Amino acid sequence: MKILPPVSIEARRLLPSRWDVLAAILVLGFIVAFADASRFLVRPLSSITGHDLFLDPWDLPGYALRTGLRMLIAMGVSLAFTFTYATWAAKNPRAGSLLVPLLDILQSVPILSFLSVTIVWFLSLSPGRVFGAELACVFTIFCGQAWNMAFSFYQSLRTVPPELEEAGRMFGLNSWARFWRIEAPFAAPPLIWNMMMSMSGGWFFVTLSEAISVGKTNIALPGVGSWIAVAIAQKNLSAIFEAILAMLVVILVYDQLLFRPLVAWADRFRIDNEHSEDQPESWALDVYRRSKLLDIMTAPFEQMMRWSYYWHPPSFGLRAATREVDSRVADILWYVLLGLLGLYGAFRIYGFADGNLQWADLGTAVGLGFLTLIRVMVLIAIASLIWTPIGIYVGLRPRLTQIVQPVAQFLAAFPANILFPLAVSAIVIFDLNPDVWLSPLMVLGTQWYILFNVIAGASNMPKELRDAAENFGVHGWLWWKRVALPAVFPYYVTGAITASGGSWNASIVAEVASWGTRTLHAHGLGAYIADAVSAGDFRRVVLGTAVMSFFVVVVNRILWRPLYWYAERKFRLT
Amino acid sequence: MAELLNVEHVRRTFPRGGGEELLVLDDVNLTLKEGEIVGLLGRSGSGKSTLLRLVAGLSQPQGGSLSYMGAPIQGPVQGVAMVFQSFALFPWMTVLENVQLGLEALNLPTKEMRERALAAIDLIGLDGYESAYPRELSGGMRQRVGFARAVVVHPNILLMDEPFSALDVLTAENLRTDLVELWGNGKLPIKGIILVTHNIEEAVLMCDRVLLFSSNPGRVSSEIKIDLPQPRDRTSPQFEDYVDKIYVEMTARRVERMRQAQTQGNAGIELPLHHVSPNQVSGLIEALAAAPYDGKADLPDIAYEQELEVDELFPVAEAMQLLRLAEVEGGDIKLTHMGKRFADAEMNERKEIFSRALMNHVPLAAHIRKVLDERASHSAPKTRFLDELEDHMAEDAAEETLKTVVSWARFGELFSYDDDAALFSLENPT
Repeated sequence: MKILPPVSIEARRLLPSRWDVLAAILVLGFIVAFADASRFLVRPLSSITGHDLFLDPWDLPGYALRTGLRMLIAMGVSLAFTFTYATWAAKNPRAGSLLVPLLDILQSVPILSFLSVTIVWFLSLSPGRVFGAELACVFTIFCGQAWNMAFSFYQSLRTVPPELEEAGRMFGLNSWARFWRIEAPFAAPPLIWNMMMSMSGGWFFVTLSEAISVGKTNIALPGVGSWIAVAIAQKNLSAIFEAILAMLVVILVYDQLLFRPLVAWADRFRIDNEHSEDQPESWALDVYRRSKLLDIMTAPFEQMMRWSYYWHPPSFGLRAATREVDSRVADILWYVLLGLLGLYGAFRIYGFADGNLQWADLGTAVGLGFLTLIRVMVLIAIASLIWTPIGIYVGLRPRLTQIVQPVAQFLAAFPANILFPLAVSAIVIFDLNPDVWLSPLMVLGTQWYILFNVIAGASNMPKELRDAAENFGVHGWLWWKRVALPAVFPYYVTGAITASGGSWNASIVAEVASWGTRTLHAHGLGAYIADAVSAGDFRRVVLGTAVMSFFVVVVNRILWRPLYWYAERKFRLT
Repeated sequence: MAELLNVEHVRRTFPRGGGEELLVLDDVNLTLKEGEIVGLLGRSGSGKSTLLRLVAGLSQPQGGSLSYMGAPIQGPVQGVAMVFQSFALFPWMTVLENVQLGLEALNLPTKEMRERALAAIDLIGLDGYESAYPRELSGGMRQRVGFARAVVVHPNILLMDEPFSALDVLTAENLRTDLVELWGNGKLPIKGIILVTHNIEEAVLMCDRVLLFSSNPGRVSSEIKIDLPQPRDRTSPQFEDYVDKIYVEMTARRVERMRQAQTQGNAGIELPLHHVSPNQVSGLIEALAAAPYDGKADLPDIAYEQELEVDELFPVAEAMQLLRLAEVEGGDIKLTHMGKRFADAEMNERKEIFSRALMNHVPLAAHIRKVLDERASHSAPKTRFLDELEDHMAEDAAEETLKTVVSWARFGELFSYDDDAALFSLENPT
């Protein structure tokens, strides 16, 4: 299975199209609308917590369970979104031309800014109750997962072999049946892989969004994230270690009980007839398969699905006849609607910016954006220099790969923000320069993507190619330059794209970090957004968010996307 | 004539799970003299390619010795170049860069490197393709790059690992004749060639000597000298005699071993089965029953007719022998009475014949059926039989044997198998 990076690499063009611009206006307009609404909803002081948090280790399993549950709910919602949004985008070219660029922009929006503008709105849904905060938390995780998953699914749907589709039509399957029996199974393996990656990123957001303060609104939902926030405030190192342990267990449980079985199960949907060398195995899946109880529980659903396949909408023949005229009228309506939406979005953005923002504000944000950009790039470069050779070394040794690869994936899933307090306390103790020493925190959790992608690349290198290099006496630097580095390059690019995207998101929490009462500040766009959030200054939140999205999109377009296609064209081993 | 390579009593094992070792090569001897092409012939799994990798110094033997021009081989040897079955070209390098790779490793001056690379490209007939990338070339042209890359370092020994088996018939023949011609003219800067193949005619066409390999473990079972002048004519009677002779050698030995395994031992379940689908068996039976064979054929003829290579034909013929649907004797294959009935039968009767043959002549199939009959649930997990088989054979051989028996039993409707649950049972899905 080919692993795709979690950003849009579909379009090869450099310059934004009209659709990109419209998508950007719509997303920004949406954020502005939320921010505007939130400004009026903020009440003087509201503090929402389930109950007071004490760092009692006996409570920790319960907290870990709640954190895990939020994750599961968000995953369910993301799946529902994926199945509808991506299918709509793939099936309806008219919708797809907007929906795909929209995903691209949505992906670039830093998720923690999203949280800050939406949370007040969610709280207003159920004033004074925890439910709103729970919704906001789940929504944040959703935003961290749904876009990538929808992208993966969309790309798979577009590449369903036409003969499968035709076979389905010939057997008279309706489009609902075709979706569940042909398209969804075909797209399952890459989607599940993507879910795993999204889940990896998700742990980071769930722990952050459980404890957040927007202006004067403080939220602390019972969970590992809040536990950590309290531990930081109390400078309680042992509580932090307990949280790390709890998180390790939660991730391990998810991996063993959910994802291993899913991956092993989805292996049957791989379309390439090639017998894979090592089929994924899962002890949990074996248990599920043998369980009669599970059979009984799922049987009604299966029956319902089977019935649903037979259902045909009554007016089938009629629709085909009128489609031609329909589509022209619909086209016009659609474009008019989009035009109006775009105008309204632009109007809202203008109205928001006019009274509140000066050009100087934009200048500040962009300047800080460059600082963060430099940090991200330098750190990705350093991480690459370290992990690429190590990844190649490991990947060429199957036994070592078997040990290191799961560990690297595990580390990528581990929410690095839990480790921040350790680093921050060290910076405080040794009185180091935060502008330099806070930066590594940005790649703390994301560097592993580079490592495990490179390992995958090196272990996929055909044996005969390695033999050929050895047979012709290719050694030393010549070997690295001509053989090893080119062979892993496409994999490295995928890893680096993922790592870079994650690092931008992490900058919001990494550039401002606290330990007890000491708060460390680095100069950068992440710190700018974080400060605006804690001050409840929505106009700077929106500005910072827009500028960061812009940086992410531009870097993707002018660096990662061309690099990806260059790697695909030149270095991909077929 | 000078001795280029000397291999004595070489033994190679691979570690497998549970601290066991799989013996791949056992007591293999081989010499290569100047001006010789030596063929290593045998079916896959007989360790030919393993031997080639040992000669190239890409891996080390557990016993015995290898020496190149009198010096022991301890690592990759300069002067031994290899051509790979899958071409093993670097997709990110052009044809010229691929060819130059071996020269770069020798650290030659740029000018000399270029001249030699262009000369090799010219010699192998790749003019005009210097700046193309491998993906732009057809299979045949890709393998030419493989040859050019090997030839350019002026090796004393050229090792070829089934270099034509990934090519279509016409391209392969074209490349073979070109190579033989270049070799005959003395234009190749090479002193000796070792060719690994599983194609009997290819071996007879190109080699001066052919070593026949037997499998499990790989051993050299006999050596045949091909005394024909080059260029050789595939249609000449002498050529056909050599092909026949090799067929007889290879089948006689295998049939003998199978008979032994079938008659001795306790239940006879320790006989490893090679995967052959019932469709292949039916296909060959039909071909044999039809004109011009009328139930009896020369193995080389029917292999040629059915476009089957040794690797494909032998397992099918063996399966037929095992099921007593045909007799293999001295290079011939002949349908038995049951075989003829099978050929004339309708689908249902065929299944019946097949099922009876399984019960009577394949001890493992009969054994599984018996276990299933005796159990109250009429089902048994796969591990029940896999563990039993692994007492007698290696892990992957056990897997393949079980897979084979499942596919046969499905055809004969003897029992069924659910892969998801890894469960054998008597019930057929409704």
